[in-house]
Amino acid sequence: MAELTGKYLVGVFDDDDVILHAVPQIRRAGVKIHDVYSPFPIHGLDDALGLPRTRIGIAAFLFGLTGTTCALTMMTWMMGIDWPMNIGGKDYISLPNFIPITFELTVLFTAFGMVTTFFVTNGLSPNPTPVMFDPRSTDNKFVMAIELGKNKMSEEDITKVLRDSGAGEVNIKQF
Amino acid sequence: MHVTSPVRPPLVTGGKTYADVTEDVCRHVEGKPTKEWKIAFIVSVIVLIYGTACVFWTWWEGLGVWGLNKTVGWAWDITNFVWWVGIGHAGTLISAILLLFRQKWRTSINRAAEAMTIFAVLCAASFIVMHMGRPWLAYWALPLPNTFGSLWVNFNSPLVWDVFAISTYFSVSLVFWYIGLIPDLATIRDRAQNKVSRFIYGTLSMGWNGSARTWARYEYISLILAGLSTPLVLSVHTIVSMDFATSVIPGWHTTIFPPYFVAGAIFSGFAMVQNLMLITRVVYRLEDYITIEHIESMNKIITLTGSIVGVAYLTEFFIAWYSGVEYESYAFINRATGPYWWAYWAMMTCNVISPQLFWSRSIRRSVTWTFFISVIVNIGMWFERFVIIVTSLHRDYLPSSWAMFSPTIFDISDYIFSFGLFFTLFLLFSKYLPVVNMAEVKAVIKSSSERLPKNVSGVAKGTRVTNPSFNKDAE
Repeated sequence: MAELTGKYLVGVFDDDDVILHAVPQIRRAGVKIHDVYSPFPIHGLDDALGLPRTRIGIAAFLFGLTGTTCALTMMTWMMGIDWPMNIGGKDYISLPNFIPITFELTVLFTAFGMVTTFFVTNGLSPNPTPVMFDPRSTDNKFVMAIELGKNKMSEEDITKVLRDSGAGEVNIKQF
Repeated sequence: MHVTSPVRPPLVTGGKTYADVTEDVCRHVEGKPTKEWKIAFIVSVIVLIYGTACVFWTWWEGLGVWGLNKTVGWAWDITNFVWWVGIGHAGTLISAILLLFRQKWRTSINRAAEAMTIFAVLCAASFIVMHMGRPWLAYWALPLPNTFGSLWVNFNSPLVWDVFAISTYFSVSLVFWYIGLIPDLATIRDRAQNKVSRFIYGTLSMGWNGSARTWARYEYISLILAGLSTPLVLSVHTIVSMDFATSVIPGWHTTIFPPYFVAGAIFSGFAMVQNLMLITRVVYRLEDYITIEHIESMNKIITLTGSIVGVAYLTEFFIAWYSGVEYESYAFINRATGPYWWAYWAMMTCNVISPQLFWSRSIRRSVTWTFFISVIVNIGMWFERFVIIVTSLHRDYLPSSWAMFSPTIFDISDYIFSFGLFFTLFLLFSKYLPVVNMAEVKAVIKSSSERLPKNVSGVAKGTRVTNPSFNKDAE
């Protein structure tokens, strides 16, 4: 996670439906939301926050393609070019026999490449003390962080908007 | 957005709130080990130590300590290998295939089932290495440059495919499992009372903070991993079956093997999941999460796959006769009526007849019956592999080469080793990691719980906000 600086208003919600409902309300009121933290994925929240669709699928496809290419190149070169051998009268490059390993390596490259991309794009790394706006957001609370420096509205007005949209508590977090 | 019909029984009973889920699962990770756990762990470790000593003796002396002979060159080693790999398949079925089919009930059991997959595949791999006889040369199975020898590995051989299949399966399952663990490890980190556990769980949870952006990507990669694992798990047992099917041994040389092996794998895997979960739910008081409905659903899968296996047995027999190949016909008649008739009929009874009892609703909803039949199924599936391997080999083409196989103490001890390994790992998992996927259970709790979480201002009780109107110009 990138280092956070500044002063944040932290709205703590008790229910996933309430926060999902609150996001468009708060955005309509002209408040810019830093991020929302929840103990489980809330469907529709990424759309409500206006987050762009993830492109990790494209990366996964490219990793898969790399796996396929590596596997086929490796086997074709070893069996067909480097040391061709007659095995039971089969072709040196007997493509049907190469399919199982090609498939396995495609899956392997896709899975590992995609997961590595996932860690990198989310800035996840072995870090025992990440920045948390509220530690209860991994238990049963739904937390919305609003950076005061990036909003024109006053602290009181944003607090009121948060309260009106269903936040149980509003705290201040200074980094 | 999913909506669950009110006529469906709830997936999680007891009116659990989100905080209850965290508490019920984390309690076991945070508390001191119980006496039962300690006893079980010590027993497992003793078995593991004994087994490890026997495995080392097997390597030290050579495979001559097993009961193999020149006719029966594969016996318990490969039987155990196929058996353990098969058991592993249920975990992937639950976590990947049921995810693609949107079967929400899998959320309570997928964590433990995936752990079982990983440990079972480890046990399976240990038999492959044992069976090599010279484990220090295990790297010969890898495609290494010519300086290690004069040749590349033979990519036409299913045994080499197997190396790739099993290692890919193991590592992809491990990644899938770990990705699923990260949010729950973060939950434990944020509740941790002491520095050591905060550091360990904090490091393992990769700085997870549950932001909306991360969750969106997380859900996306989970779906892709499920999509990858589904054909992967089918490919693994297909390739294992090809170890046999591409040979010319009567009894092995059949095209029915791949689907029949996959069905059998899922069959035995679910039986093992039942055995593990029935104990875990009682010991950890998880009856509200792993309900009778879960047990019943798994029993239905056991009945389905058991019936597929039954049909496959009959088809094999029919085709052996219909093909007109006398070697093939003989192999099958010999299985059923030859000196190993008892193994064949043990397999038939355990795998084909016993799961049919689950047609009775009261039996498939009975914990005792489920446990009992699951044990029977696992015994039956071990016999299936034994029958396929040993009875196909022991009557060679020349009657002068006919032989019988009888296990030695080392065949048995090396099998016991795998149980020691499996249960040691499973007990460590059940103590130090969350046995139920908290994040996923929380995500399904509202649509499926018998009582909705406490009402909060703004939204009427029970309302699912399906289409909040977004104002894209708000910023």
